[in-house]
Amino acid sequence: MSNNFLRRVDLIFDQDCNLKDILKSTYQRANDDIINELLESGLKGRGGAGFPTALKWKFTSEQADPDKYIVCNADEGEPGTFKDREILFKVPQKVFGGMAICAKVINAKEGFLYLRGEYRFLLPELEKQLDAFHKVINEIGVNFKIKIIMGSGAYICGEESALFESMEGDRGEPRNKPPYPTVSGFRKKPTVINNVETLVYSFMIFRYGARKFKELGTADSRGSKVFSISGDTPKPGIYELELGMSVEQFVDEFGDGDTKAVQVGGASGFCVPRKKFKDTIIGFEGVPTGGSMMLFNSSRSMYNVLKNYLEFFEEESCGQCTPCRVGCQQLKLGIEAVKKGERHAAYLEQLQKLAQTMKITAKCGLGQSVANSFFSIVENFKEEMIY
Amino acid sequence: MAKKINLIIDGIPVTVDEGTTILQAAKLLNIHIPTLCYHDDLCIAGNCRVCVVEMKGARTLPASCAMPVAEGMEIMTNTIKVRTARKHIIDLLLSEHNAKCTTCYKNGNCELQNLASEYKISDPMFIDLVPHKNYQMDAYSPSIIKDDSKCIRCQRCVRTCEELQHVSALGVAYKGEKMKISTFFENPMFEVVCTNCGQCVNRCPTGALIERNYIDEVWEAIYNPDKHVVVQTAPAVRVALGEDLGFEPGEIVTGKMVSALRRLGFDSVLDTDFTADLTIMEEGFELLGRLRKALVDKDTSVKLPMATSCSPGWIKFIEHTYPEYLENLSTCKSPQQMFGALAKTYYAQKRNLDPAKVVSVSIMPCTAKKFEADRPEMRSSGYKDVDYVLTTRELAIMIKQAGIEFNALAESHCDSIMGDSTGAAVIFGATGGVMEAALRTAYEVVTGREVPFDGLNITPVRGMEGVREASVKIENAAPDWKFLEGAVLKTVVAHGLTNAKKVMDAVKSGKGDWHFIEIMACPGGCIGGGGQPIPTNAEIRQKRAEAIYREDAGMKIRKSHENPEVIAIYKEFLHEPNGHKSHELLHTHYKERQRY
Ligand code: SF4
Ligand code: SF4
Ligand code: SF4
Ligand code: SF4
Ligand code: FES
Repeated sequence: MSNNFLRRVDLIFDQDCNLKDILKSTYQRANDDIINELLESGLKGRGGAGFPTALKWKFTSEQADPDKYIVCNADEGEPGTFKDREILFKVPQKVFGGMAICAKVINAKEGFLYLRGEYRFLLPELEKQLDAFHKVINEIGVNFKIKIIMGSGAYICGEESALFESMEGDRGEPRNKPPYPTVSGFRKKPTVINNVETLVYSFMIFRYGARKFKELGTADSRGSKVFSISGDTPKPGIYELELGMSVEQFVDEFGDGDTKAVQVGGASGFCVPRKKFKDTIIGFEGVPTGGSMMLFNSSRSMYNVLKNYLEFFEEESCGQCTPCRVGCQQLKLGIEAVKKGERHAAYLEQLQKLAQTMKITAKCGLGQSVANSFFSIVENFKEEMIY
Repeated sequence: MAKKINLIIDGIPVTVDEGTTILQAAKLLNIHIPTLCYHDDLCIAGNCRVCVVEMKGARTLPASCAMPVAEGMEIMTNTIKVRTARKHIIDLLLSEHNAKCTTCYKNGNCELQNLASEYKISDPMFIDLVPHKNYQMDAYSPSIIKDDSKCIRCQRCVRTCEELQHVSALGVAYKGEKMKISTFFENPMFEVVCTNCGQCVNRCPTGALIERNYIDEVWEAIYNPDKHVVVQTAPAVRVALGEDLGFEPGEIVTGKMVSALRRLGFDSVLDTDFTADLTIMEEGFELLGRLRKALVDKDTSVKLPMATSCSPGWIKFIEHTYPEYLENLSTCKSPQQMFGALAKTYYAQKRNLDPAKVVSVSIMPCTAKKFEADRPEMRSSGYKDVDYVLTTRELAIMIKQAGIEFNALAESHCDSIMGDSTGAAVIFGATGGVMEAALRTAYEVVTGREVPFDGLNITPVRGMEGVREASVKIENAAPDWKFLEGAVLKTVVAHGLTNAKKVMDAVKSGKGDWHFIEIMACPGGCIGGGGQPIPTNAEIRQKRAEAIYREDAGMKIRKSHENPEVIAIYKEFLHEPNGHKSHELLHTHYKERQRY
């Protein structure tokens, strides 16, 4: 993006589209062709990790196993995120459409929507929409069914392998990887698991063509994405924006003039302080995000912000692996001890080393990402941690 | 043939089968990687993370126990990054851990302690979390004590109870900082489906799960001049005890063990093997009796197949899980309990002792035996038949406490009156042993000839396969047993309760048309019992089993009905197998228990 303005985009919400026509024409195309178009678009998973969506579909399509699944991860649990809810509320058919295209590519007969427990209120409407969707699918002669499974309310169940465990009726604990879901996912079968937003975009790419999507964003971060914006902002809410903006551009638009830091990517994301606004790109070349953006103005205590995050992780860790289960507790008690003067300020360095260990040894993304907010807050707001 | 994978570990190239883990590959190169949640017997968990290694090109340090090898992988097991991470992890575990090692029962045999020592965690880095936790200690069970303050949440016990035992008495509860190992509704172990088998105890790397020990009580009895303390030792103890006293697995230490027990001060050192032989007589005749009733008297109320009842872990399992089959159990008490009942009757009479002053102690490979001895059914002598049950591990502790140099002991024999045994009794210690011993006797009783296998070795029932079947055709039966002429006696053997479940489900569905079932709760049978030296794994069980069969092969008498003391007790006291007196003292019944 070359100019200085933040570009609002409108790829998914208001644009109507004919589900039947799109599915019909896409179903007539060869799988390779579909994958190539998706690859061409440059779409990366919208959950934050940023794996190219086309490759995920491709790897799964290459598995010999006759039983495969497409799972839509709607277990949105990151504090300050509510964009999937908005998408499911407003354009569920487009999500189902994305699942149906994926189902064709990987040859899945069944798909699942794993819905966050707190979103149960969406269920009646979603079921209705699903009926309509199944009718369309029937009309074009495709054998594919989607079922909705309710989540159990644990944050960790958003982690894909924990989500499978939960779907299978077990305790939501992440699995060892490899094997990855593309090889062994739900019921140990090859599975594509995409989040709500990724599926919407996959579908819309077949509405607009890869080129239009690719024109947006940067080389590393193609397209647009949905953000949920909260905190100290006059304009909280859901916005679809082109990728590649700097934090400064973002704050110009959404800040209140007194913004001292922006938390990009929620509790597991990064905290960007004012002095770095200009040089930090929101996207895979800078700070990646699942979509949560929180603005803090100067009246906020960053110590409290960090402590809240750590309390969240301390509770939401599944608890199975040592670095995460115990590490989170130590980080929280550690900053408290420093703040109270029970430990020397130098203890913060010890804790940063611990966070580093968590980042490289925890079993899943949850434990690994605690370090992100910890580092970026402790590093940039050290005085607030001590005094 | 499996695909071959080439990789490099610490600069050394190695080629292994596809599917091998980094941990296994490193082991082939004699590179030791520390582990905690890993156990040879169990599925991979990958949750303690002490086994992390550095992998070239990877952002994170993979857990070597859970990471399969890949072509061209370059692994470093001992970089500063790896050491720092491991040290952090051990430190974290210790911060959550009630590390009063000096007063811990597992002091000296704890994997966490060993690691802390190896990594020289002398000055804890992190904040002590123990005061923040509401740790519970569950000490109500006669067999097992669970102390959450020692638990490192490795989930070995959970996997053991679920995979090996199909009991799932233990599970993971809560998440985050509150995550813990718990039981149904957090009830005490004593009140849940736990079978007391102790397999979890045997696999717990710390002091979080231990046997309830009765060492002090036994010392007290020994030092009480008023008491006559008899001790019995189970067949599986003598092939494993050595492991806790400096011998390699598979070393038979019977003679030294007997000498040590004498030195400890027991008044009489006797042998569970004697009652194992007696069990064969009772159980063998019980089986033949059931067959006669079913085949000759056409009595349809007779329960077949008949199942062995010497493993108390199995008994509690069937009480909870298949109560409708309780009548299929042999009514025989286990050898331990038969011994207890006779110690305070027959033995006391012969030695002219007041049974109230006899204290009967047993040394068992088993934690469930502690529970069994406490059962209200087990008082047919008029007293508690067995007063104290010690595990193999507890006996080793007593020997060390007494300052005995086990190595240097001369070998000696058990005392007489209930001290004689045969090869048939010895093999009770391994899975399939009861079946083999029973067949040796039953076949001979029916036909007058030795069982038609090579040198009495009924190899089809031996081995470590989970479920094994064998059948014997009866030919030229003696006149009394003509009704069995030409019959094929079908038997099946299972060990580990997951396999027990397979057998019972087959019986339930009508697919299993066996006459006689042997079930042992523990993998490998009692040689792999929950009270055996730690570690216990497949390789060690194999060695112990081999030792058992070696011992049998070396015995002069190898059939229970030829044990002279057994012959004598029937002449003097019991009169006939499965007779009135036997039923009074040596048989019992069990009761249904709820699963929840
Ligand atoms: S990192 Fe945390 S959430 Fe993930 S497996 Fe480990 S304990 Fe569970
Ligand atoms: S003693 Fe046996 S049954 Fe009981 S919890 Fe342990 S493994 Fe499970
Ligand atoms: S009780 Fe023992 S085996 Fe079970 S999780 Fe705790 S430390 Fe591990
Ligand atoms: S198999 Fe042996 S050690 Fe295991 S529960 Fe039964 S009697 Fe005890
Ligand atoms: S031994 Fe590998 S993670 Fe525990």
